[in-house]
Amino acid sequence: MATHESHKKRSGLMDWLTTVDHKKIGILYLLAGGFFFLIGGLEAILMRIQLMEPDSKIFTGELYNQLLTMHGTTMIFLAAMPIIFGFMNAIVPLQLGARDVAFPYVNAVGFWLFFFGGLLLNLSWFLGGAPEAGWTAYAPLSTVAEDTGVDFYVLGLQIAGAGTLAGGINFLVTIINMRAPGMTFMRMPLFTWASFVTSGLILFAFPALTVGFFLLMFERVFDANFFNPDMGGNILIWEHIFWIFGHPEVYILILPAFGIISEVVSTFSNKRLFGYSAMVFATVLIGFLGFMVWVHHMFTVGLGPVANSIFAVATMAIAIPTGVKIFNWIFTMWGGQIRFSTAMLFAVGFIPTFVMGGVTGVMLSVPAADYQYHDSYFVVAHFHYVIVGGLILGLFSGLYYWYPRMFNRVLNETLGKWNFWLFFIGFHLTFFPQHWLGLMGMPRRVYTYMSGQELDGANFVSTIGAILMGAGTIVLLINIVISASSKYATTKDPWDGRTLEWAMPVPTPEYNFAQTPLVRGLDALYVEKTAGNGEMTPAEPVGEIHMPNGSILPFILSLGMFIAGFGFIYANWIVAGAGLGLVLITMFLRSVIDDHGYHIHKEEVEADIKGGRA
Amino acid sequence: MNAGERLTDANFPAHPEKATLEGKNKFLGFWLFLGGETVLFATLFGTYLGLRNMHLDGPSGEELFSLPLVFLATMLLLTSSLTSVYAVLSLKQNKVRSLQGWFLVTLLLGLGFLGLEIYEFVHYVHEGHTFTSSAFGSAFYSLVGFHGAHVLFGVLWITTLLARNWNRGITLSNAPKYYLFALYWHFVDVVWVFIFTVVYLMGKVG
Repeated sequence: MATHESHKKRSGLMDWLTTVDHKKIGILYLLAGGFFFLIGGLEAILMRIQLMEPDSKIFTGELYNQLLTMHGTTMIFLAAMPIIFGFMNAIVPLQLGARDVAFPYVNAVGFWLFFFGGLLLNLSWFLGGAPEAGWTAYAPLSTVAEDTGVDFYVLGLQIAGAGTLAGGINFLVTIINMRAPGMTFMRMPLFTWASFVTSGLILFAFPALTVGFFLLMFERVFDANFFNPDMGGNILIWEHIFWIFGHPEVYILILPAFGIISEVVSTFSNKRLFGYSAMVFATVLIGFLGFMVWVHHMFTVGLGPVANSIFAVATMAIAIPTGVKIFNWIFTMWGGQIRFSTAMLFAVGFIPTFVMGGVTGVMLSVPAADYQYHDSYFVVAHFHYVIVGGLILGLFSGLYYWYPRMFNRVLNETLGKWNFWLFFIGFHLTFFPQHWLGLMGMPRRVYTYMSGQELDGANFVSTIGAILMGAGTIVLLINIVISASSKYATTKDPWDGRTLEWAMPVPTPEYNFAQTPLVRGLDALYVEKTAGNGEMTPAEPVGEIHMPNGSILPFILSLGMFIAGFGFIYANWIVAGAGLGLVLITMFLRSVIDDHGYHIHKEEVEADIKGGRA
Repeated sequence: MNAGERLTDANFPAHPEKATLEGKNKFLGFWLFLGGETVLFATLFGTYLGLRNMHLDGPSGEELFSLPLVFLATMLLLTSSLTSVYAVLSLKQNKVRSLQGWFLVTLLLGLGFLGLEIYEFVHYVHEGHTFTSSAFGSAFYSLVGFHGAHVLFGVLWITTLLARNWNRGITLSNAPKYYLFALYWHFVDVVWVFIFTVVYLMGKVG
């Protein structure tokens, strides 16, 4: 056995820049995603301030378009997805009983690509203006724009998207190959199942977006003609490509939230999840159907009644597995010993809210009716009900639930409840009136409206609601600051958890389980608790643990992409070449430098176990 | 056993590319990656099919394409797939020199293909068929160019891989890398078969 292997212990900033530990990368994702969530939320509040009164002139025209574009883009790509990836990183390997993800190095590459991509996109604010073609960047709006905003959009998201794809593959392999002994597919916790299906969707949806971005970039930077009708191009190609990615993206976002809700509802009802296999099946089915519905975003394009009908029926079909899930959550709570912690409040608030978003979704799926709703505030209300009322409530729930595992502290429950009620009431105040605004004819993506059209009251209420949501988020920030300044560590299992992530001491050892656990049923930890063991039975003797070395290369590789991005935006081929050169050099170094990681010796692991640290 | 240690005939596993967890992960991860690549090329094919007749005043595919040249390129690439199979067979028999030989042949055939493609593109540009001349031009160079870029990346990959491991025999660490390259090369080859059909054959007949 090699005992001469090198292992440098790094600390402070260098540790975070070079880490390949899934727990730390999860925290990085959560911090960066949380930061972008605040920026996107600020953009939303600025828009709502502009729309608070009729004929308002605070953020008009181009600036308003930039705000709406950046709000949507930031929230989807730079806030929601990274926060999901944060939880997946922090929790999935623990729930599987794995030491790390399958490719720790690639995991770090994925994070840094996302980070630098998001940074590049947001720098557009200071460098000639943000993109203003909407988060969908429809051609020709996106192709004829003269300033560099859309270039930042294309390059920034291209780089971030590459990171997402890498993360998706990583989690698929982790879940297929690295489950602990006894952890069969049908014993996996629902969050891990949801992460599995979401990763599959990422794998098959993101490459379409990659091509879409390449085409748009070629069109803008190299004068290609894909979307230019004068030169034989066709703008519909962009819409198809975007939504072939874009609709699965919606399920990429919502499925992990479904997973979180399943965990939380089951834990805080002290009951195993009702209809586990039906839940798994519904998750897979939603993922599958998610690829067959993209044209419902394009009903008014004029593809004809046959195409519209087929996609309408496919869209409606998704309501069935989703309904299965709703009923299973309710049946899980039925007869359970429910504890209304903050996490549970968010989960319970999620259920009726998401149903409302689902119902308007079915309304929108009827093409004839969609001709009326299309591009109105009704659509805005619908997708905020499913994304904020669904995904974001789910993420808040997950944050309160897993915070003790990720940060070794519990968040304050009183502040948590303030956070919930402010955000929940604010949410409904913001978006419920928007249904009526839409039905009364207010189009989306406009910066103002005239008074005397009965749009004033609902817009005013909507803005008040947005401010309440902002207040709820500030309470969360206060809660986090308070918990960070308190030094106490929690017990390892504050919620009487049922799954493997609660079976380790806090802080979680860098190798997770000292001995890989033996899984003997669904809700593996709960099985051991009822059997009177209280902790997991090891599946292996104490031994040496193989660990990967940290590396700065993922950071440098992503920095290279960032530099190349600038080169392409400003059509400066020297900078672009230098950036891509840096990427190739990093890849070259990675492949020629042998790094087989290092081993934690048996004695150290035994000492950790004896000291209660493992 | 250390993953970097040269394997001998005595301890040679049946599937050296999947004998370690790292190898298994790479094997599966790369198959999944190729699944994503399939979507990438499918999107490019879709775009091309939508725009292939939009050549405006410029030459059409039927006027441009010369089947003998493309047939030669196809033969080079298909043969290189065969030689990479021989390399993988050598890998499984722990014959490192034979593996290197077959991969070198693969590399040369790949370079030959690239040479023909560059010649072809230069020729088309002289005929007035450029990236910016029409939507057909943009779609053609994107699809075929993406494939060409994949061949180029493969050429760089196998060069690095062979050079780095020239004197190290077959190990549990490099066996998955050789194997993955072969997988990649087959994939690039399969994409070319579709390009040959969809772009060149369909371009010639209609």
